[in-house]
Amino acid sequence: MEHLLNIFVKSIFIDNMIFAYFLGMCSYLAVSKTVKTSMGLGIAVVFVLLITVPVNFLLEQYILKKGALVWLSDSFADLDLSFLSFIMFIAVIASIVQLVEMVIEKFSPALYNSLGIFLPLIAVNCAILGASLFMQEREYSNIGEAAVFGLGSGIGWLMAIVALAAIREKMRYSNVPAPLRGLGITFILTGLMGIAFMSFLGIKL
Amino acid sequence: MEQNEKEPLLSAKNIKLLRNPLGQDNPITVQVLGICSALAVTVKMKPAIVMTISVMVVLAVSNVVIAALREKIPGRIRIIVQLVVIATMVIIVDQFLKAFAFDVSKQLSVFVGLIITNCILMGRLEAFAMANKPWPSFLDGLGNAGGYGLILIIVSFFREFLGSGSIMGFPVMEKLGVYNFGYEDNGMMILPPMALITVGLIIWVQRSRNKSLIETK
Repeated sequence: MEHLLNIFVKSIFIDNMIFAYFLGMCSYLAVSKTVKTSMGLGIAVVFVLLITVPVNFLLEQYILKKGALVWLSDSFADLDLSFLSFIMFIAVIASIVQLVEMVIEKFSPALYNSLGIFLPLIAVNCAILGASLFMQEREYSNIGEAAVFGLGSGIGWLMAIVALAAIREKMRYSNVPAPLRGLGITFILTGLMGIAFMSFLGIKL
Repeated sequence: MEQNEKEPLLSAKNIKLLRNPLGQDNPITVQVLGICSALAVTVKMKPAIVMTISVMVVLAVSNVVIAALREKIPGRIRIIVQLVVIATMVIIVDQFLKAFAFDVSKQLSVFVGLIITNCILMGRLEAFAMANKPWPSFLDGLGNAGGYGLILIIVSFFREFLGSGSIMGFPVMEKLGVYNFGYEDNGMMILPPMALITVGLIIWVQRSRNKSLIETK
Protein backbone atom coordinates (compact mmCIF):
# COMPACT_ATOMS: atom_id res chain seq x y z
CA MET A 1 0.00 0.00 0.00
CA GLU A 2 2.75 2.39 0.97
CA HIS A 3 4.52 1.45 -2.21
CA LEU A 4 1.47 2.37 -4.29
CA LEU A 5 1.12 5.66 -2.46
CA ASN A 6 4.74 6.38 -3.26
CA ILE A 7 4.18 5.79 -6.98
CA PHE A 8 1.08 7.98 -6.81
CA VAL A 9 2.75 10.96 -5.14
CA LYS A 10 5.84 10.58 -7.28
CA SER A 11 3.90 10.58 -10.52
CA ILE A 12 1.91 13.67 -9.53
CA PHE A 13 4.63 15.91 -8.15
CA ILE A 14 8.10 14.68 -9.02
CA ASP A 15 7.73 13.01 -12.39
CA ASN A 16 5.05 15.46 -13.41
CA MET A 17 4.16 14.90 -17.05
CA ILE A 18 4.40 18.57 -17.94
CA PHE A 19 7.13 19.99 -15.76
CA ALA A 20 9.54 17.08 -15.82
CA TYR A 21 8.90 15.52 -19.25
CA PHE A 22 7.03 18.16 -21.26
CA LEU A 23 4.43 15.66 -22.39
CA GLY A 24 1.13 16.87 -23.74
CA MET A 25 2.52 20.36 -24.23
CA CYS A 26 0.62 21.02 -27.44
CA SER A 27 -2.84 20.82 -25.95
CA TYR A 28 -1.47 22.23 -22.69
CA LEU A 29 -0.53 25.45 -24.47
CA ALA A 30 -3.53 25.57 -26.78
CA VAL A 31 -6.34 24.88 -24.31
CA SER A 32 -5.10 26.71 -21.21
CA LYS A 33 -6.80 30.03 -21.93
CA THR A 34 -9.66 29.59 -19.45
CA VAL A 35 -9.93 27.52 -16.30
CA LYS A 36 -13.22 25.92 -17.30
CA THR A 37 -12.12 24.36 -20.57
CA SER A 38 -8.76 23.31 -19.18
CA MET A 39 -10.57 21.56 -16.32
CA GLY A 40 -12.65 19.65 -18.89
CA LEU A 41 -9.63 18.58 -20.87
CA GLY A 42 -7.74 17.69 -17.70
CA ILE A 43 -10.52 15.43 -16.44
CA ALA A 44 -10.73 13.71 -19.82
CA VAL A 45 -6.98 13.08 -19.70
CA VAL A 46 -7.17 11.60 -16.18
CA PHE A 47 -10.00 9.36 -17.31
CA VAL A 48 -8.26 8.09 -20.44
CA LEU A 49 -4.92 7.59 -18.66
CA LEU A 50 -6.60 5.61 -15.89
CA ILE A 51 -7.96 3.19 -18.49
CA THR A 52 -5.22 3.02 -21.13
CA VAL A 53 -2.21 2.49 -18.88
CA PRO A 54 -3.55 -0.72 -17.23
CA VAL A 55 -4.85 -2.02 -20.57
CA ASN A 56 -1.50 -1.44 -22.22
CA PHE A 57 0.14 -3.04 -19.20
CA LEU A 58 -1.87 -6.23 -19.78
CA LEU A 59 -1.01 -6.09 -23.46
CA GLU A 60 2.67 -5.74 -22.63
CA GLN A 61 2.60 -8.56 -20.05
CA TYR A 62 0.63 -11.12 -22.00
CA ILE A 63 1.42 -10.40 -25.63
CA LEU A 64 4.37 -8.14 -26.33
CA LYS A 65 7.09 -8.91 -23.79
CA LYS A 66 9.74 -11.49 -24.48
CA GLY A 67 8.27 -14.86 -23.61
CA ALA A 68 4.91 -13.29 -22.81
CA LEU A 69 3.05 -15.65 -25.09
CA VAL A 70 4.01 -18.73 -23.06
CA TRP A 71 0.43 -18.93 -21.80
CA LEU A 72 -0.55 -19.84 -25.36
CA SER A 73 2.08 -22.44 -26.06
CA ASP A 74 5.58 -23.25 -24.82
CA SER A 75 6.99 -22.91 -28.30
CA PHE A 76 6.52 -19.13 -28.10
CA ALA A 77 8.98 -18.74 -25.22
CA ASP A 78 11.61 -17.01 -27.38
CA LEU A 79 9.20 -14.73 -29.16
CA ASP A 80 9.83 -11.04 -28.54
CA LEU A 81 7.21 -8.76 -30.01
CA SER A 82 8.20 -5.62 -28.13
CA PHE A 83 9.13 -3.81 -31.35
CA LEU A 84 5.40 -3.76 -32.05
CA SER A 85 4.63 -1.88 -28.86
CA PHE A 86 4.38 1.60 -30.45
CA ILE A 87 1.79 0.60 -33.00
CA MET A 88 -0.15 -1.58 -30.52
CA PHE A 89 -0.21 1.12 -27.85
CA ILE A 90 -1.37 3.83 -30.20
CA ALA A 91 -4.07 1.55 -31.63
CA VAL A 92 -5.28 0.72 -28.11
CA ILE A 93 -5.31 4.38 -27.17
CA ALA A 94 -7.18 5.47 -30.27
CA SER A 95 -9.81 2.77 -29.88
CA ILE A 96 -10.24 3.31 -26.13
CA VAL A 97 -10.69 7.02 -26.68
CA GLN A 98 -13.37 6.21 -29.24
CA LEU A 99 -14.98 3.74 -26.85
CA VAL A 100 -14.89 6.11 -23.89
CA GLU A 101 -16.45 8.75 -26.09
CA MET A 102 -19.32 6.44 -27.04
CA VAL A 103 -19.91 5.27 -23.47
CA ILE A 104 -19.97 8.81 -22.10
CA GLU A 105 -22.27 9.94 -24.86
CA LYS A 106 -24.71 7.15 -23.98
CA PHE A 107 -24.69 7.41 -20.22
CA SER A 108 -23.90 11.00 -19.40
CA PRO A 109 -24.83 13.47 -22.12
CA ALA A 110 -24.03 16.37 -19.80
CA LEU A 111 -20.45 15.22 -19.27
CA TYR A 112 -20.23 14.41 -22.97
CA ASN A 113 -21.21 17.93 -23.90
CA SER A 114 -18.62 19.43 -21.64
CA LEU A 115 -15.84 17.08 -22.74
CA GLY A 116 -17.10 16.58 -26.30
CA ILE A 117 -14.51 18.31 -28.41
CA PHE A 118 -11.59 17.32 -26.22
CA LEU A 119 -12.00 13.57 -26.24
CA PRO A 120 -10.93 12.94 -29.85
CA LEU A 121 -8.00 15.31 -29.35
CA ILE A 122 -6.71 13.16 -26.55
CA ALA A 123 -5.83 10.27 -28.84
CA VAL A 124 -2.88 12.28 -30.11
CA ASN A 125 -1.91 13.80 -26.78
CA CYS A 126 1.69 12.82 -26.09
CA ALA A 127 0.97 12.48 -22.37
CA ILE A 128 -1.21 9.43 -22.99
CA LEU A 129 1.23 7.52 -25.17
CA GLY A 130 4.07 8.79 -23.01
CA ALA A 131 2.55 7.31 -19.86
CA SER A 132 2.23 3.92 -21.55
CA LEU A 133 5.81 4.06 -22.76
CA PHE A 134 7.08 5.07 -19.32
CA MET A 135 5.06 2.23 -17.84
CA GLN A 136 6.87 -0.11 -20.22
CA GLU A 137 10.29 1.39 -19.56
CA ARG A 138 9.99 1.42 -15.76
CA GLU A 139 8.75 -2.16 -15.69
CA TYR A 140 5.97 -1.89 -13.12
CA SER A 141 5.34 -5.30 -11.68
CA ASN A 142 1.55 -5.53 -11.42
CA ILE A 143 -1.57 -3.97 -12.80
CA GLY A 144 -2.27 -2.05 -9.59
CA GLU A 145 1.00 -0.13 -9.92
CA ALA A 146 0.26 0.60 -13.56
CA ALA A 147 -3.22 1.91 -12.74
CA VAL A 148 -1.95 4.08 -9.90
CA PHE A 149 0.79 5.43 -12.12
CA GLY A 150 -1.79 6.26 -14.82
CA LEU A 151 -4.06 8.00 -12.35
CA GLY A 152 -1.20 9.93 -10.76
CA SER A 153 0.18 11.14 -14.09
CA GLY A 154 -3.30 12.24 -15.12
CA ILE A 155 -3.86 14.19 -11.93
CA GLY A 156 -0.45 15.81 -12.25
CA TRP A 157 -1.32 16.90 -15.76
CA LEU A 158 -4.73 18.20 -14.69
CA MET A 159 -3.17 20.18 -11.89
CA ALA A 160 -0.57 21.73 -14.19
CA ILE A 161 -3.04 22.81 -16.86
CA VAL A 162 -5.54 24.26 -14.39
CA ALA A 163 -2.80 26.17 -12.59
CA LEU A 164 -1.51 27.61 -15.85
CA ALA A 165 -5.01 28.55 -16.99
CA ALA A 166 -5.64 30.37 -13.74
CA ILE A 167 -2.42 32.35 -14.12
CA ARG A 168 -3.19 33.15 -17.76
CA GLU A 169 -6.64 34.44 -16.82
CA LYS A 170 -5.07 36.84 -14.34
CA MET A 171 -2.37 37.81 -16.79
CA ARG A 172 -4.85 39.44 -19.10
CA TYR A 173 -4.66 42.46 -16.83
CA SER A 174 -0.90 42.77 -16.91
CA ASN A 175 1.23 44.63 -19.36
CA VAL A 176 3.39 42.01 -21.04
CA PRO A 177 5.98 43.25 -23.60
CA ALA A 178 4.38 42.92 -27.04
CA PRO A 179 6.74 40.31 -28.57
CA LEU A 180 6.34 38.08 -25.51
CA ARG A 181 2.57 38.21 -25.51
CA GLY A 182 0.74 34.91 -25.87
CA LEU A 183 3.10 32.05 -26.55
CA GLY A 184 6.35 33.50 -25.25
CA ILE A 185 5.19 34.42 -21.80
CA THR A 186 3.37 31.10 -21.49
CA PHE A 187 6.60 29.25 -22.05
CA ILE A 188 8.44 31.32 -19.48
CA LEU A 189 5.56 30.92 -17.00
CA THR A 190 5.62 27.15 -17.41
CA GLY A 191 9.35 27.21 -16.86
CA LEU A 192 8.97 29.16 -13.63
CA MET A 193 6.21 26.83 -12.47
CA GLY A 194 8.52 23.93 -13.30
CA ILE A 195 11.24 25.41 -11.11
CA ALA A 196 8.73 25.69 -8.27
CA PHE A 197 7.76 22.07 -8.77
CA MET A 198 11.38 21.00 -8.56
CA SER A 199 11.21 21.68 -4.85
CA PHE A 200 9.26 18.43 -4.56
CA LEU A 201 12.34 16.52 -5.71
CA GLY A 202 13.58 14.08 -3.18
CA ILE A 203 10.28 13.52 -1.41
CA LYS A 204 10.05 9.86 -0.63
CA LEU A 205 7.30 8.26 1.40
CA MET B 1 6.80 13.09 -59.46
CA GLU B 2 5.70 12.99 -63.10
CA GLN B 3 3.00 15.55 -62.43
CA ASN B 4 5.72 18.03 -61.68
CA GLU B 5 7.58 17.88 -64.96
CA LYS B 6 6.13 21.10 -66.27
CA GLU B 7 7.30 22.86 -63.16
CA PRO B 8 11.02 22.82 -62.31
CA LEU B 9 11.71 20.65 -59.28
CA LEU B 10 12.95 23.53 -57.21
CA SER B 11 10.75 26.36 -58.40
CA ALA B 12 10.41 29.50 -56.33
CA LYS B 13 7.24 28.16 -54.77
CA ASN B 14 8.89 24.93 -53.75
CA ILE B 15 11.89 26.67 -52.29
CA LYS B 16 9.51 28.73 -50.21
CA LEU B 17 8.00 25.51 -48.86
CA LEU B 18 11.44 24.53 -47.75
CA ARG B 19 12.50 27.89 -46.34
CA ASN B 20 9.43 29.35 -44.67
CA PRO B 21 9.28 26.82 -41.82
CA LEU B 22 12.86 27.70 -40.88
CA GLY B 23 11.90 31.24 -39.95
CA GLN B 24 8.60 33.03 -40.15
CA ASP B 25 6.49 29.86 -40.20
CA ASN B 26 8.56 27.86 -37.74
CA PRO B 27 6.70 24.80 -36.43
CA ILE B 28 7.75 25.34 -32.83
CA THR B 29 7.79 29.07 -32.27
CA VAL B 30 4.95 30.06 -34.61
CA GLN B 31 2.72 27.09 -35.34
CA VAL B 32 3.16 25.69 -31.78
CA LEU B 33 3.56 22.12 -32.97
CA GLY B 34 5.76 19.38 -31.62
CA ILE B 35 6.85 21.01 -28.41
CA CYS B 36 6.57 17.92 -26.26
CA SER B 37 9.59 16.12 -27.61
CA ALA B 38 11.45 19.28 -28.55
CA LEU B 39 12.22 20.27 -25.00
CA ALA B 40 13.08 16.98 -23.40
CA VAL B 41 15.94 16.05 -25.69
CA THR B 42 17.81 19.34 -25.58
CA VAL B 43 20.16 18.84 -22.63
CA LYS B 44 22.99 17.87 -24.97
CA MET B 45 23.49 18.62 -28.65
CA LYS B 46 24.05 15.06 -29.83
CA PRO B 47 20.64 13.64 -28.89
CA ALA B 48 19.06 16.82 -30.26
CA ILE B 49 20.69 16.27 -33.64
CA VAL B 50 19.76 12.59 -33.70
CA MET B 51 16.19 13.53 -32.82
CA THR B 52 16.13 16.10 -35.62
CA ILE B 53 17.27 13.55 -38.18
CA SER B 54 14.73 10.99 -36.92
CA VAL B 55 11.88 13.48 -37.15
CA MET B 56 13.06 14.56 -40.59
CA VAL B 57 13.03 11.00 -41.91
CA VAL B 58 9.66 10.15 -40.38
CA LEU B 59 8.01 13.40 -41.43
CA ALA B 60 9.33 13.45 -45.00
CA VAL B 61 8.48 9.81 -45.69
CA SER B 62 5.04 9.83 -44.08
CA ASN B 63 4.22 13.09 -45.84
CA VAL B 64 5.04 11.46 -49.19
CA VAL B 65 3.08 8.30 -48.36
CA ILE B 66 0.00 10.20 -47.24
CA ALA B 67 0.23 12.60 -50.18
CA ALA B 68 0.38 9.65 -52.55
CA LEU B 69 -2.60 7.98 -50.88
CA ARG B 70 -4.56 11.15 -50.24
CA GLU B 71 -7.30 10.44 -52.74
CA LYS B 72 -7.74 6.85 -51.59
CA ILE B 73 -8.12 7.52 -47.86
CA PRO B 74 -11.73 7.81 -46.71
CA GLY B 75 -12.16 11.03 -44.76
CA ARG B 76 -13.66 9.45 -41.67
CA ILE B 77 -10.79 7.11 -40.88
CA ARG B 78 -7.94 9.32 -42.04
CA ILE B 79 -6.55 9.89 -38.55
CA ILE B 80 -6.04 6.21 -37.87
CA VAL B 81 -4.51 5.73 -41.33
CA GLN B 82 -2.12 8.58 -40.65
CA LEU B 83 -1.25 7.11 -37.25
CA VAL B 84 -0.47 3.72 -38.78
CA VAL B 85 1.81 5.24 -41.42
CA ILE B 86 3.60 7.34 -38.79
CA ALA B 87 3.89 4.48 -36.30
CA THR B 88 5.40 2.20 -38.93
CA MET B 89 8.02 4.79 -39.81
CA VAL B 90 8.79 5.42 -36.16
CA ILE B 91 9.27 1.71 -35.50
CA ILE B 92 11.75 1.53 -38.38
CA VAL B 93 13.68 4.56 -37.09
CA ASP B 94 13.64 3.21 -33.53
CA GLN B 95 14.94 -0.21 -34.56
CA PHE B 96 17.60 1.49 -36.68
CA LEU B 97 18.76 3.64 -33.76
CA LYS B 98 18.80 0.65 -31.41
CA ALA B 99 21.00 -1.22 -33.89
CA PHE B 100 23.44 1.52 -34.87
CA ALA B 101 23.40 4.14 -32.12
CA PHE B 102 22.42 2.33 -28.98
CA ASP B 103 23.73 4.86 -26.46
CA VAL B 104 21.89 7.76 -28.08
CA SER B 105 18.78 5.61 -28.34
CA LYS B 106 18.99 5.00 -24.58
CA GLN B 107 19.33 8.72 -23.91
CA LEU B 108 16.31 9.53 -26.03
CA SER B 109 14.39 6.79 -24.17
CA VAL B 110 10.66 7.10 -24.80
CA PHE B 111 10.97 10.20 -26.93
CA VAL B 112 11.64 8.31 -30.14
CA GLY B 113 8.34 6.51 -29.61
CA LEU B 114 6.70 9.80 -28.86
CA ILE B 115 7.44 11.03 -32.38
CA ILE B 116 4.19 9.18 -33.17
CA THR B 117 2.13 11.65 -31.20
CA ASN B 118 4.34 14.58 -32.07
CA CYS B 119 1.88 17.21 -33.19
CA ILE B 120 4.19 18.27 -36.04
CA LEU B 121 3.44 15.02 -37.82
CA MET B 122 -0.33 15.04 -37.48
CA GLY B 123 -0.38 18.78 -38.07
CA ARG B 124 1.58 18.67 -41.31
CA LEU B 125 -0.17 15.55 -42.60
CA GLU B 126 -3.58 17.10 -41.98
CA ALA B 127 -2.72 20.59 -43.13
CA PHE B 128 -0.44 19.88 -46.06
CA ALA B 129 -0.03 16.30 -47.27
CA MET B 130 -3.77 15.63 -47.46
CA ALA B 131 -4.10 18.44 -50.01
CA ASN B 132 -0.87 18.39 -51.99
CA LYS B 133 1.17 16.25 -54.34
CA PRO B 134 4.00 14.03 -53.07
CA TRP B 135 6.94 16.22 -54.15
CA PRO B 136 5.79 19.46 -52.48
CA SER B 137 4.79 17.37 -49.46
CA PHE B 138 8.28 15.94 -49.30
CA LEU B 139 9.76 19.44 -49.32
CA ASP B 140 7.24 20.59 -46.74
CA GLY B 141 8.25 17.67 -44.53
CA LEU B 142 11.94 18.46 -44.86
CA GLY B 143 11.33 22.15 -44.24
CA ASN B 144 9.22 21.69 -41.16
CA ALA B 145 11.51 19.07 -39.67
CA GLY B 146 14.35 21.48 -40.43
CA GLY B 147 12.61 24.32 -38.61
CA TYR B 148 11.95 22.00 -35.69
CA GLY B 149 15.57 20.90 -35.70
CA LEU B 150 16.83 24.47 -35.87
CA ILE B 151 15.11 25.36 -32.61
CA LEU B 152 16.23 22.09 -31.03
CA ILE B 153 19.83 22.76 -31.97
CA ILE B 154 19.76 26.39 -30.78
CA VAL B 155 18.22 25.40 -27.43
CA SER B 156 20.57 22.46 -26.92
CA PHE B 157 23.58 24.60 -27.87
CA PHE B 158 22.86 27.07 -25.09
CA ARG B 159 21.90 24.42 -22.59
CA GLU B 160 24.99 22.33 -23.21
CA PHE B 161 27.35 25.29 -23.49
CA LEU B 162 26.17 27.05 -20.33
CA GLY B 163 25.14 23.94 -18.42
CA SER B 164 27.99 21.52 -19.07
CA GLY B 165 30.60 23.82 -20.59
CA SER B 166 30.93 21.81 -23.76
CA ILE B 167 29.79 21.80 -27.40
CA MET B 168 28.93 18.46 -28.99
CA GLY B 169 30.65 16.78 -26.06
CA PHE B 170 33.88 18.75 -26.61
CA PRO B 171 34.85 20.46 -23.31
CA VAL B 172 35.28 24.01 -24.62
CA MET B 173 35.28 25.74 -21.26
CA GLU B 174 37.88 23.37 -19.84
CA LYS B 175 40.17 23.86 -22.86
CA LEU B 176 39.85 27.63 -22.55
CA GLY B 177 40.86 27.27 -18.93
CA VAL B 178 38.14 29.55 -17.60
CA TYR B 179 37.59 27.25 -14.62
CA ASN B 180 40.90 28.49 -13.26
CA PHE B 181 39.44 31.99 -12.99
CA GLY B 182 36.57 30.77 -10.86
CA TYR B 183 34.02 30.15 -13.66
CA GLU B 184 31.37 27.58 -12.76
CA ASP B 185 28.96 25.74 -15.03
CA ASN B 186 25.40 26.87 -14.51
CA GLY B 187 23.81 23.64 -13.31
CA MET B 188 20.38 25.14 -13.65
CA MET B 189 20.57 25.03 -17.45
CA ILE B 190 20.47 21.23 -17.29
CA LEU B 191 17.18 21.18 -15.39
CA PRO B 192 14.00 20.70 -17.46
CA PRO B 193 12.38 24.11 -16.73
CA MET B 194 15.24 25.99 -18.36
CA ALA B 195 14.38 24.43 -21.71
CA LEU B 196 11.00 26.16 -21.55
CA ILE B 197 12.50 29.46 -20.55
CA THR B 198 15.11 29.24 -23.33
CA VAL B 199 12.38 28.63 -25.92
CA GLY B 200 10.41 31.53 -24.44
CA LEU B 201 13.43 33.78 -24.92
CA ILE B 202 13.95 32.56 -28.50
CA ILE B 203 10.31 33.44 -29.22
CA TRP B 204 10.88 36.86 -27.69
CA VAL B 205 13.92 37.51 -29.90
CA GLN B 206 12.19 36.23 -33.02
CA ARG B 207 9.06 38.28 -32.49
CA SER B 208 10.95 41.43 -31.64
CA ARG B 209 12.68 41.17 -34.99
CA ASN B 210 9.58 40.23 -36.95
CA LYS B 211 6.71 42.39 -35.73
CA SER B 212 4.12 40.66 -37.91
CA LEU B 213 4.28 37.59 -35.63
CA ILE B 214 3.18 39.47 -32.50
CA GLU B 215 -0.10 38.13 -31.13
CA THR B 216 -2.80 40.74 -30.87
CA LYS B 217 -5.07 40.35 -27.93
